[in-house]
Amino acid sequence: MKKTLFDKIWDAHVVRSIPGGLDVFYIDKHLIHEVTSPQAFDELEARNLPLYRRKQIVATADHNVPTRNQHLPIQDQLSRFQVDKLTSNCEKYGVELFGLGHPNQGIVHVIGPELGITQPGMTIVCGDSHTSTHGAFGAIAFGIGTSQVAQVMATQCLLLSRPRKMRISVEGELRKGVTAKDLILYVIAKLGTGGATGYFVEYAGSAIRSLSMEGRMTVCNMSIEMGARGGMIAPDETTYTYLKGRPHAPHGERWEQALAYWSTLYTEEGAEFDAELTFEAADIAPMITYGTNPGMGIAINSTIPATVPASEAASFDKSLQYMGFAPGESLLGKEVNYVFIGSCTNSRIEDLRQVAEYVKGRQKASHVEAIIVPGSKQVELQAREEGLDRLLAEAGFELREPGCSACLAMNDDKIPAGAYCVSTSNRNFEGRQGPGSRTLLASPLVAAITAVEGKIVDITQYLN
Amino acid sequence: MEKFEIMRTGAVPMPIENIDTDQIIPARFLKATSREGFGENLFRDWRYDSNGEPKTDFVLNSSRYKGQVLLAGKNFGCGSSREHAAWAIYDAGYRVVISSYFADIFRGNALNNGLLPLQVSDEVLQRLFALVEADPQTEFVVNLLEQKLYLPATGERITFDINPYKKECLIKGYDDIDFLVSQKEAIEAYENTRAWTY
Repeated sequence: MKKTLFDKIWDAHVVRSIPGGLDVFYIDKHLIHEVTSPQAFDELEARNLPLYRRKQIVATADHNVPTRNQHLPIQDQLSRFQVDKLTSNCEKYGVELFGLGHPNQGIVHVIGPELGITQPGMTIVCGDSHTSTHGAFGAIAFGIGTSQVAQVMATQCLLLSRPRKMRISVEGELRKGVTAKDLILYVIAKLGTGGATGYFVEYAGSAIRSLSMEGRMTVCNMSIEMGARGGMIAPDETTYTYLKGRPHAPHGERWEQALAYWSTLYTEEGAEFDAELTFEAADIAPMITYGTNPGMGIAINSTIPATVPASEAASFDKSLQYMGFAPGESLLGKEVNYVFIGSCTNSRIEDLRQVAEYVKGRQKASHVEAIIVPGSKQVELQAREEGLDRLLAEAGFELREPGCSACLAMNDDKIPAGAYCVSTSNRNFEGRQGPGSRTLLASPLVAAITAVEGKIVDITQYLN
Repeated sequence: MEKFEIMRTGAVPMPIENIDTDQIIPARFLKATSREGFGENLFRDWRYDSNGEPKTDFVLNSSRYKGQVLLAGKNFGCGSSREHAAWAIYDAGYRVVISSYFADIFRGNALNNGLLPLQVSDEVLQRLFALVEADPQTEFVVNLLEQKLYLPATGERITFDINPYKKECLIKGYDDIDFLVSQKEAIEAYENTRAWTY
């Protein structure tokens, strides 16, 4: 039988199958952070279990860290305690930690790829739903709960049922001003917030192949926002070029062997999926969300749906009431007070370059607070080396230090109640960016233009 | 993990779709390093206003509904992987969540904590909402052994699916880690015979 990319990697990681349709599934790489790991370390302790394969774990502090003055002790007592707990656990168990102050610190889904830890054919887990990001390299990567974090710590395995398979193909060329973020917001709007629940998605087609690794990561990152267990893209020259020479990537002869293996990782002609969808790249416009789940997205120059099916009416009305929008209205001209550029979705160097390029010689609107939080120390350093920090500062944007920041507002980076924030992050849930905050998800380009104009505009009019 | 066999209780209805884990337990309450105490912040921003006063129109603040079943709209538990969501629901006293479907990670987290995610059809779910609305005292009998949801009020018995291994775990109070640790030999053998290692 012809195999998909997913089948090949899944099958290579089954230790054994047990009755009831579950597989003992081997995990190559386990990424941990301060928020979802402390209870797992406690569980090892309570059960008197050793950490099984410490070298297959990498830790960083990202969710809960301040994005200013990272060289000073964390002010928030609970946050400091949680970050200290990660440090002491990693010391105790001999786990490599890229903590605050380390040159490799950053958002877990940014540092994995940038250090070459993430590789094609791998299985990767993390106690974070956006672990699907790593699928951009042709890996099976997905988020897990803390009980599962403990399981992987104890055995390097999970007990899993095999998900169903979906292929989403996007064909053709993206229009000007349309980015990977718009592509995935479009797909999620088509499928709905639960439309891929139970599936593992492979993204394919010429529009996907044309994306950079950064763009592919943005696409795979948001797979979970339509309910998918994960998303993946077959590795190719773009993948290999990105990986070559990165610190944890294979080197020398081992690199050649890796390439030989990785080149076998693709979906064979005629392999079967449980669901297949195809979209045309030319149909995709710059997107923005208007509601309180990522599936509530529209082309920025179109209008909020006037009606929805009866079964969804209550949730739709609740959502619009929260956002302060009316059915059928346009978002164009709506004033925005906050712009957040960051998160594991859009905080990589390419995102910062795109923003800097647009804002160069321009000024943010005076009523807008615009913050840029790089995904990692490495991204921050590169931005400074390329002089992006100066361009951003001159335009009135504040470049912070790395972390998850206002994507989930665990730290001090919160959007006030009632305020609108155009955000490059991945979730527009009620209160996600702080109690009462109103989030509009968009691409870094849309975010940059919004910051300059101070309101939602049809960005296609602003590109030359 | 606590054992689960049969439960007779009332239900608290939340007929809202796509309830995400940020609503179940907002991120700012994830700073704790233990598993306990999350129940008091369950649905925090739906339950309390910005001054910490209970919102009287929210179902958890109403004395009308009581019970250990949370009855919720489709796609329950979407979003973040935070197991704190399952801990918060459990800590607040619930043992069953009924919905017409669950987000994958939440479903797994619930099962790993003795919280039963009980999936019914959209049509059955709507009927359950109507029943509870008409009579808040409506009794739910959840029989995991027989995989049946029994409604004494109507005499209806609704069969539900659950993975047989997961069912066994719930009934016996076992979790996956016990089983996986017992597989160490097979895991080591696998590690030694892999075609490509990282």
